[in-house]
Amino acid sequence: MRNLLIKPNKENLKTFVIVGSFLIFISFIDVLFNTFFEINFTGFFPSKISFFAPLILGTAGLYLIRIEFSGNKLLDRVNANFNSSNFNAILTLLVIFALIKYVPPVLNWFIFDADFIGNSKDDCTSEGACWVFVKVWLNRFVYGMYPDTEQWRINSAFIMLFLLVGAAFFVPEKFKKYLLFFLLFVYPIIGLKLISGGDFGLKYVETGAWGGLSLTFIVSAFALILCFPIGMFLALGRRSNLPAIKYTSIGFIELWRGVPLITVLFMSAVMFPMFLPDGTYVDKLIRVLIAITLFEAAYMAEVIRGGLQALPKGQYEAAKSLGMGYWRMHFLIILPQALKLVIPGIANTFLALVKDTPLIFVVGLLELAGMVNLAKTNPKWLGMAMEGYVFAGLVFWIICYAMSRYSQNLERKLSTER
Amino acid sequence: MNLKKFKFDLSNKNKDLIPQVLTVLVLVLVIIYFTINAQTNMGNRGISFGFGFLSQESSFDITFSLIDYDGSHSYARAFLVGLLNTILVSAIGIFFATILGVTIGIARLSPNYLISKAAEWYVEIFRNIPLILQIFFWYFAALRALPLTENSINFYDISFLNVKGWYVPKFVWTNFNLFFYSIIGATISVIFFSKYAKKQRDEFGRQLPVFYISLCLLIGIPLLTFLIGGVSLSFQVPQLEQLSKTVYVYKGGVSIIPELISLALALSMYTATFIAENVRAGILGVNKGQKEAAASIGLTKGQILKLVVMPQALRIIIPPTTNQYLNLTKNSSLAAAIAYPDIVLVFAGTALMQTGRAIEIISITMLTYLSLSLSISVFMNWYNKKMAIKEK
Repeated sequence: MRNLLIKPNKENLKTFVIVGSFLIFISFIDVLFNTFFEINFTGFFPSKISFFAPLILGTAGLYLIRIEFSGNKLLDRVNANFNSSNFNAILTLLVIFALIKYVPPVLNWFIFDADFIGNSKDDCTSEGACWVFVKVWLNRFVYGMYPDTEQWRINSAFIMLFLLVGAAFFVPEKFKKYLLFFLLFVYPIIGLKLISGGDFGLKYVETGAWGGLSLTFIVSAFALILCFPIGMFLALGRRSNLPAIKYTSIGFIELWRGVPLITVLFMSAVMFPMFLPDGTYVDKLIRVLIAITLFEAAYMAEVIRGGLQALPKGQYEAAKSLGMGYWRMHFLIILPQALKLVIPGIANTFLALVKDTPLIFVVGLLELAGMVNLAKTNPKWLGMAMEGYVFAGLVFWIICYAMSRYSQNLERKLSTER
Repeated sequence: MNLKKFKFDLSNKNKDLIPQVLTVLVLVLVIIYFTINAQTNMGNRGISFGFGFLSQESSFDITFSLIDYDGSHSYARAFLVGLLNTILVSAIGIFFATILGVTIGIARLSPNYLISKAAEWYVEIFRNIPLILQIFFWYFAALRALPLTENSINFYDISFLNVKGWYVPKFVWTNFNLFFYSIIGATISVIFFSKYAKKQRDEFGRQLPVFYISLCLLIGIPLLTFLIGGVSLSFQVPQLEQLSKTVYVYKGGVSIIPELISLALALSMYTATFIAENVRAGILGVNKGQKEAAASIGLTKGQILKLVVMPQALRIIIPPTTNQYLNLTKNSSLAAAIAYPDIVLVFAGTALMQTGRAIEIISITMLTYLSLSLSISVFMNWYNKKMAIKEK
């Protein structure tokens, strides 16, 4: 059987490559004409053979050009990367055929056949996506129900944040400490006051009107800042020698890690008010923030505990031998090193936090995904679900992908430093 | 000397005692404060704490249920329906996420550039989009674009897919019990046989074809019940029926509701990305020298994979993957967003709305998830201890 098959060899390299490439070329042309012009070259075969013809031809072609150490650099590289065995050859062909078949329709829907101009659903006349929907609703997607005239306040709060973070990279080492303090403790209050208003001649905007992408950022930023210290103390508590503190921390951490966020949010919405004195009203957003903060703090605690465990014992012993007490040892020696170790882990927790923010819809707060849900049920814009979710998905994807790349880079950088 | 030591101990003990007492005190005070508030609040609303409501008639319907249920059943029964639905979607999700995840994890290590890139992009795309958005996408955008009932997509005349769901044939068993017991019997005999084969190998160096004989046992014994035990299986294919001029329904067969499809799709595609990363890390984590050493003592390629690479890779893969299974189960609570009747929607949603017993219901729901997580982590600790490398 083996002898019946032609074994490609180096002596007849040219013939094999020419015949092989020709077969591959035919198989591609067949698929291309099939998809774009609906012409079937191999229609004279029975339908099943005709369907698989490009695959069979292509596999045969790739088999013929599979010549080891041919001396031709391009051919060797193609063989190594796409064509190392018959199985790989088939996979390669399948991927390429799938790309030819499915990428153009998606691109057509997305860009070439899509509508960008206009102000209402009637302007969407073509087959593709109706991006007019996103254009008209963009303001709501970003700011929620926040009044149009007051949106400069959200803008300026975020611009201030970017400037401060940007400045942190340039100021001399001496001032960094103060800037960080300002960023973590003073700025959140200023930002919150600016957005909620009520004082300094700013109109009060209730939190029910906040929404869209800006709310995603507000919730995730506050939850991160707040959950960090809680998580730190929980991590220290879990490693403590004192049984009461240790088991309280373990219980707290495992309780939150064992339940889904959505039940925690339900709890903040319906159960939490029952635990407060009658008549006390805590704002919805604040309840959500407390719930998310406690939830994420448990995860943060486990991340930080990982860092604490990774530190060699010598660090503790050295600090103790210098006569340091528990707090001085941890704040001056242990935590600075442990936290540096777990920066990627913290970034991942933050990433999970951002991905979890859409869940706040269960208490009636609408960030980006929630606003899309609202917009698609608007009678004037029915049938726009696809566009809305693709847009929201794209926005979230860009944010999360950028963050995950950043955290991977950080991980690489930190691992080489050690 | 003795006295001095005693003094030292005492002071140290005091130092340790104060923060602990404070912690416990604060904890107790907070709990007392909350309890008092809760009691007054419930008193004002005229309800008292208790789980008696569980036996009351629920009087609401659930769209999808694995067990017999309607409005005349109790709240406890509704809870069970929700729990079973949660378990159902988690099991489906775990099954497909594992298959997809392992495939993609292996594909990422493929020497084929296209395949490894495609797998990498799959992971990057689906990992970085919030799960809830993916569920929304499948449910509100993709599955809503399916044809109406009368124009269903037809799979070989036995299964139909349309906007109302996916209709598949129903299995109609006779003597199912016997079949079920035969499967259990087959499994037990396979376990005994592989133990016996291991003993043979260890004591006499005899290799038995364990895999093929196990396969024969697993297929043969249940098959025997078909031939002589009176077990039979027939399929009830869904049929299209016209109710009025424009209303069509499928009768017979099993209908899989779109909520379940979209939830299972999104959960398995999302979790698969994490499992793929675990699988990749596990396979990369096996030292290359191990494979070379195994090859040098003359093991075949299959034996290397089975006896050397997989046991070591699995030790790295299984703990984080169990964690992902747990995450998937917890994430299945997002069902509430698309009204799939899982435990959160049925119990923490509808039942809570009807009874107003927030504290009891939320506690039961959270405890259910908590006991699930804790039992899995106890199992994982046991497993890790068993699988840990025994160093000499």
